[in-house]
Amino acid sequence: MIAYIVRRLLLLIPVLLIVGVVVFTLMHLTPGDPASVMLGREATPEQKDALRERLGLNEPIPVQFVNWFGSALRLDFGDSLFIGKPVTQALLDRAEPTGLLALYSITLAVLIAIPAGVIAAVRANSPLDRLLMVVSISGVAIPSFFFGILLILLFAVVLGWLPSGGYVDIGDDPVEHFRYMLLPTLTLGFSAAGLLARLVRSAMLDVLNEDYVRTAYSKGLVERHVVIGHAFRNAMIPVLTVIGISLAGMLGGAVVIETVFNIPGLGRLLVQSVTRRDIPVVQGAVMTVAAIEVLVMLLIDVLYVFVDPRIRYGAD
Amino acid sequence: MALTETMAGAGRVAPPRRGLWRLAAITPASPYYWVRLLLQNPAVVVSLVFLLVILLMALLAPVIAPVDPTFVDPGDRLEPPSSTFWFGSDDLGRDVFSRVVYGARISLLVGITVMVGAMVLGSLIGLVAGYYPRADTLLMRIMDGLEAFPSILLALTIMATLGPAVENVIVALSVVYTPNIARLVRGTTLMNRQQTYVESARAIGMRDFAIMRRYIFANSLSPLIVQGTFVVAFAILTEASLSFLGAGVPPEIPTWGSIVSGGQPRLQQAWWISVFAGAFLFATVLATNLIGDGLRDALDPRSRKR
Repeated sequence: MIAYIVRRLLLLIPVLLIVGVVVFTLMHLTPGDPASVMLGREATPEQKDALRERLGLNEPIPVQFVNWFGSALRLDFGDSLFIGKPVTQALLDRAEPTGLLALYSITLAVLIAIPAGVIAAVRANSPLDRLLMVVSISGVAIPSFFFGILLILLFAVVLGWLPSGGYVDIGDDPVEHFRYMLLPTLTLGFSAAGLLARLVRSAMLDVLNEDYVRTAYSKGLVERHVVIGHAFRNAMIPVLTVIGISLAGMLGGAVVIETVFNIPGLGRLLVQSVTRRDIPVVQGAVMTVAAIEVLVMLLIDVLYVFVDPRIRYGAD
Repeated sequence: MALTETMAGAGRVAPPRRGLWRLAAITPASPYYWVRLLLQNPAVVVSLVFLLVILLMALLAPVIAPVDPTFVDPGDRLEPPSSTFWFGSDDLGRDVFSRVVYGARISLLVGITVMVGAMVLGSLIGLVAGYYPRADTLLMRIMDGLEAFPSILLALTIMATLGPAVENVIVALSVVYTPNIARLVRGTTLMNRQQTYVESARAIGMRDFAIMRRYIFANSLSPLIVQGTFVVAFAILTEASLSFLGAGVPPEIPTWGSIVSGGQPRLQQAWWISVFAGAFLFATVLATNLIGDGLRDALDPRSRKR
């Protein structure tokens, strides 16, 4: 098991290398001189030279990449061009709202999607199943920013119960914190729940057709036991994978949701950095998110062992 | 040669020529049975009709829209929906209905071109990776790298490089959805490559390219069509998100995403700006998804029972 985890961690390096090449290449495809693009038209030649020197742009491209990737592995992405602090610090400052939003949303999504998907599968093709599937496909199809705006319209503008945007630190005032996070969590959680519920349903349907489920019924077990004890556990593997993918996708979803609800998180920082071409921050944020996504997927693979004891890693 | 062709043709049942009421004439033995299954699905029929309306709206936008979508009239700011302004007017006095009608153009253009772009690129990469084991590792690791980003992040990064323009959005989203198609085509290629008909084709000296086209790609078509439909839906959604964030199409071109975003600060006084554009966006993506689901059920015999 430990050997497996170590091997998987080592395999992360080539994946991150490819991600790094993609990010680095993209940022260097920018037409024109990056220094002029970043500084704008009014910059003097001396300023541009200084920036080029600071960013190491006078080195050959492969050397630049090796330097940049080497520092990135040590979590050093250079300094932001606008905020006036190291990129890593800027990312850390913004990590809390995004992390909490992702955590709340995935919890909500799992709490909605698993019961909904299981019930839909057990009562397949019933009116209840149809209703649940219509709701879940709407969750997949509705643009999250539009759903967020509808929630703001109802709960903030019409009813006036909840704030329409902003953020309160959980340490400052936990009650207010949750009041501010409720609508963003509902928005992000609902769209993730849609995909998850559909997957839980189809995974459960596969398992419910297995012989051992029929055996369980025929030896007289009550439905609840069969569904939870026999079927659900076996349907968990594909479901866990999608929970992992959804959790990583939350970081992408946060980009949009944080803009809708004006939350000062990583996503907003990234959007702001894209519009003002703060390239070190964009590189740092994108690399970090990709690394988190890859780590989450590794974590999910390790969790399989606990869900399904038949899976043994490293025994080959 | 002519004889074998006639014999092969004889086994086929002709597709219906005289409208939908002949649908029942397509038997399960027909290669067009999926058309019958598809058109017997009410959700698919409603979705197809809706998308047809949206397509006409996009094509005939200059005829349908009452005024120029960029026409600013300071005297008519924030008018609620009425017989003159069907969907109301925005904070600059522009007609929201006209803007929504023109917005359909960008959504459909991006959805369809990105699907074509991703299908062409993804099919080529998937075929080569699946057919030539030596190219496989390199190509698929690049695809892994592209897939390690959430799609909106990769699209944002590419847009940061290319700058706001419709064609850049199309390029960015085609790159984003290529790995998805490539993985699918690689899978079907690997499966088909083992089949005896591919072996025989190789034995009679057919070229690799011809084998890929006639035996491998042709057999990958049904999952590819299903996936392509979902790519249209995702591309429309992601384009709208990019425009909402101000990182997509330039702001002077009306798109559903940018209309919703422009209406958000005015939600208190003028709900109609965001709500109509958002509703069209939602309905279009939903209809595309429903058609994708219907196609999958119709083309895949395993999922028919469900």
